[in-house]
Amino acid sequence: MSFHPNDLARRARIASWALAALFTVLLSAFFRTQIVQNSRYALQSEENRLREVPLPAPRGVIYDRHNQVIAENVPGYSVSLLSPTSDSLRASLQRLATIIPLSADEIDLAVRRYKRAPNRPTVVLSDAPFDVVSVLEERRIEFPGLIIQSAPKRYYPDGAAVASFVGYVGEITEAELATPRYRSYKAGQQIGKAGLEREYEDSLRGKEGVRFVEVDARGRVVREAGARQDLLPQAGPPLYTNIDLDLQRYVAALFADSLQGGAIAIDPKTGGVLALYSAPSYDPNRFIGGIPTDLWKQLNEDPRHPLYNKVIQGRYPPGSTWKLATAAIAMQDGLVTLDDKMPVPCTGGFQFGNRYFRCWDPRGHGDVTLAGAIEQSCDVYFYQLGLKLGLSRLVAGGIRLGSRDKTGIDLPDESRPIFPYADAEEYYDRRYGKRGWSQAVVLNLSIGQGENGQTVVNMARFYTALATDGSAARPEIARHAPRRTRLFALSEEQMEGIRAAMAGVVSQGTARSAAIQGVVLAGKTGTAQNAQDPLHHHAWFVGFAPANDPKIVVAVMLEFGGHGTRAARIASKIIQAYLKVAPTTLLNTDG
Amino acid sequence: MRRVLTDFPLAFSALLLSLYGVAMVYSAGQTDVPTAALHAWVSQLKWLVLGIIAAWGVSRMSVRFIEWVSLPAYAFTLLLLAALLVIGTGAGTAASTKSWIAIGGVRLGQPSELAKVTVVLMLARVLAARREPPRSLLELWQPALIVGIPWLLIMMQPDLGTGIVFIGIFFAMLYWSGVPLPLLILLASPAVSLILAFNTSLWGAWFLLLLALVLWYKPFMLEGIGLMTANVVMGVVAPVLWERLAPYQRHRLLVFLDPSIDPRKSGWHVIQSQVAIGSGGWLGKGFLEGTQKRLAFLPEQHTDFIFAVVGEELGFIGVTVALSLFLFLLLRAVRVAERGNDSYSSLVAFGLAASWLVHVIVNVGMTLNLMPITGIPLPFFSYGGSFMLACWLAIGLLMRISSEGRGARVGELAI
Repeated sequence: MSFHPNDLARRARIASWALAALFTVLLSAFFRTQIVQNSRYALQSEENRLREVPLPAPRGVIYDRHNQVIAENVPGYSVSLLSPTSDSLRASLQRLATIIPLSADEIDLAVRRYKRAPNRPTVVLSDAPFDVVSVLEERRIEFPGLIIQSAPKRYYPDGAAVASFVGYVGEITEAELATPRYRSYKAGQQIGKAGLEREYEDSLRGKEGVRFVEVDARGRVVREAGARQDLLPQAGPPLYTNIDLDLQRYVAALFADSLQGGAIAIDPKTGGVLALYSAPSYDPNRFIGGIPTDLWKQLNEDPRHPLYNKVIQGRYPPGSTWKLATAAIAMQDGLVTLDDKMPVPCTGGFQFGNRYFRCWDPRGHGDVTLAGAIEQSCDVYFYQLGLKLGLSRLVAGGIRLGSRDKTGIDLPDESRPIFPYADAEEYYDRRYGKRGWSQAVVLNLSIGQGENGQTVVNMARFYTALATDGSAARPEIARHAPRRTRLFALSEEQMEGIRAAMAGVVSQGTARSAAIQGVVLAGKTGTAQNAQDPLHHHAWFVGFAPANDPKIVVAVMLEFGGHGTRAARIASKIIQAYLKVAPTTLLNTDG
Repeated sequence: MRRVLTDFPLAFSALLLSLYGVAMVYSAGQTDVPTAALHAWVSQLKWLVLGIIAAWGVSRMSVRFIEWVSLPAYAFTLLLLAALLVIGTGAGTAASTKSWIAIGGVRLGQPSELAKVTVVLMLARVLAARREPPRSLLELWQPALIVGIPWLLIMMQPDLGTGIVFIGIFFAMLYWSGVPLPLLILLASPAVSLILAFNTSLWGAWFLLLLALVLWYKPFMLEGIGLMTANVVMGVVAPVLWERLAPYQRHRLLVFLDPSIDPRKSGWHVIQSQVAIGSGGWLGKGFLEGTQKRLAFLPEQHTDFIFAVVGEELGFIGVTVALSLFLFLLLRAVRVAERGNDSYSSLVAFGLAASWLVHVIVNVGMTLNLMPITGIPLPFFSYGGSFMLACWLAIGLLMRISSEGRGARVGELAI
């Protein structure tokens, strides 16, 4: 072999240089990874070891006008799991299922939640009962990624009595997460689902805090705190409302279980909503922490539709309660005064073309003035008044009164009332075809029937204009500066005349009893034909008191409630409860 | 007495590396959830002491005695390796292999560690016996056989990592014995063709380069033709071979090329190792403070991936220090080889250095995904008794060779 020292020295030189070159390459690879790409890997290593555990913020407390609590937070517990993979999460959940009740569906749901946000703890139970929590705490060692923490839980002390306006909260759904409205939300968070909770979600939710825990490769929580500075949650600011909780409770009690419909009480000066109740109601407390499937099914299949808000969503023909709209439109146009009579006196009906339109009272009202017609609710008078106005003027006037508009009440999902649009001829052409209708539609419209479906809240709003100066304040549950809109312009004298006619007492000489009790109720009943069930009419009453200086406007609608006087009795009780005085209820009229 | 500490820098750098290694094994045991590695450092320290004693013992043996013992030691190794295929057991992550020899359930060690030394000794003996370096590939049959038989036995365990080490030793010692570089390239060419076969243009370029080399170097006609044929066959066979690989084997290779295709399973080791090293920065997270290690994101942190702990906790500075020590040790070993008293000692020294080099490059490269994961340990660092002992036996040999070699400062530093 060639082992001459010179040869060896040459080979040794080559070998040494090769070694140096190899190590330089190796070292530069380390330089690249450790120095050049350091920030990337440092971040990855932090993400490896730290998990964000959200600290839910207590939602803002909701108060009534006397600072009584409508919605508050009580201590609760949430159970969640940290897992490195969805498979290990599933395995942990299956083991959990042997200790606490967990259905296969709930396990699937949790795994889906995990896949959306694998680095956040996956919520297993958002409202765990105390006994479950204590069992889990005992066996915590078996579930290394388990996180049990206190989570403020929404509680409504008055339950079903306030559900109609306060709504409820629930976990954000996958569909909601996909919408831009909830872009800043994360899976597992609670959001307002209905009512004020949803309307004022952005403010009520507060600001979620975050806690960092250190986990190892298997997702076991190694260190609870001190991994990094925690961010404390900020509670949502309180929401002060116009609601009078005592009145609200009273309204709910009046409806009890037997009645079905809705009622709203508004302060006509501010538009502040004093009470809002839709019957039957539901207990929002049972929705917290996940709505049990059978309850949800039961509520949705209930023919009385407890989840459907009959005050702001339901649309009903307003019947005679709308006659005051016809009167206001005609008076504003200068067509009539309160003392004017119509050409044909009421004999219990009115012949128009080849059709005979009945008055509600087959005995007839005789020759009445407008004031008398309002008092007596004479259909024949209003048929003629409607004809005098003509279709387009009646429709245009109705639109000006807001019969086509939402009130803008601060609740989600308010329905738009049904009413013809400004080009009434075209509206009816479209609806019934060019020859499918006649001017007879005016007769129906003028007495609040026909193509007219109003929400209870919209009728109440119209009556706040009657109760004041012709301008209506937007109904508002939360306390805001009043926002008024003028609906019609009548002189002070005319307004008082209408109110007097509505009170229907002065001319009939019963002012004495009213004077004794100090309060006069002005209002209008309505018995509206119901297209679905002709035998069972909807009973309406909209009114205010005291008639000379209204402090409360009440609208009551009873689905299939029969006669309007039933609604009036309820309204009267509501007013009595609010004013602490029994009003004179001389409700002699109907239509 | 005889010269004992004859090559102080060599011994000192090995000692520094070993102590550095024990410290890292200690750190690797400090995890939040204790693992089997918790007390590994104690055992590692015991093996280090044992290794140093053994090195001292070896350094007292004459090189001639070592040369004489080479053949029986080699034969004994072959016997052990063959026996392993029947009685061998697995351990740890490689439970299905047959690398360990165990008596009554107690694992005694891995004979392949012994083989790394005895093959070097035997190969040195054969190569040193020749008067002229091999001029043709056919003349290489004897060295090829000496490495080939244990290589085959080890690949049957299977232990790819040790297999790679053998190939490294083989080529390095041929180079040191004076086999011309072109001949070595020709020898390695079929393997290169196999790898390049997946990219036709790359393989084409390689083939042309090879052709030029053959024309310039002019090996024997038959050998030249044979080699070119082998290259063509490899280039054509490789894709077919690929198709016949088991899916998991293909998967392993693909994950090596891109670990992110399977971040939770096969790619996990490499990704977490890179994250550990990359997050270390200049100075690291501090001794014992590595989060990747502490929280068990880093796998095999006290054995195969111990260098990732160095990178994470001591940063680029710690890596530079460790690699510099290795480079120094290797350069020193080359120096010993250069000054060897005879061709046998020279070859042994160079072979031992080559063995370490392959270990360092493959192991450290693996932590950065520059090399496939083969489970090859890092000398003086990775936890493992027989390997520590083998490394220090090699140090003892080098000390002896150095003391007999030219330029040894006789009398100085004598104890």
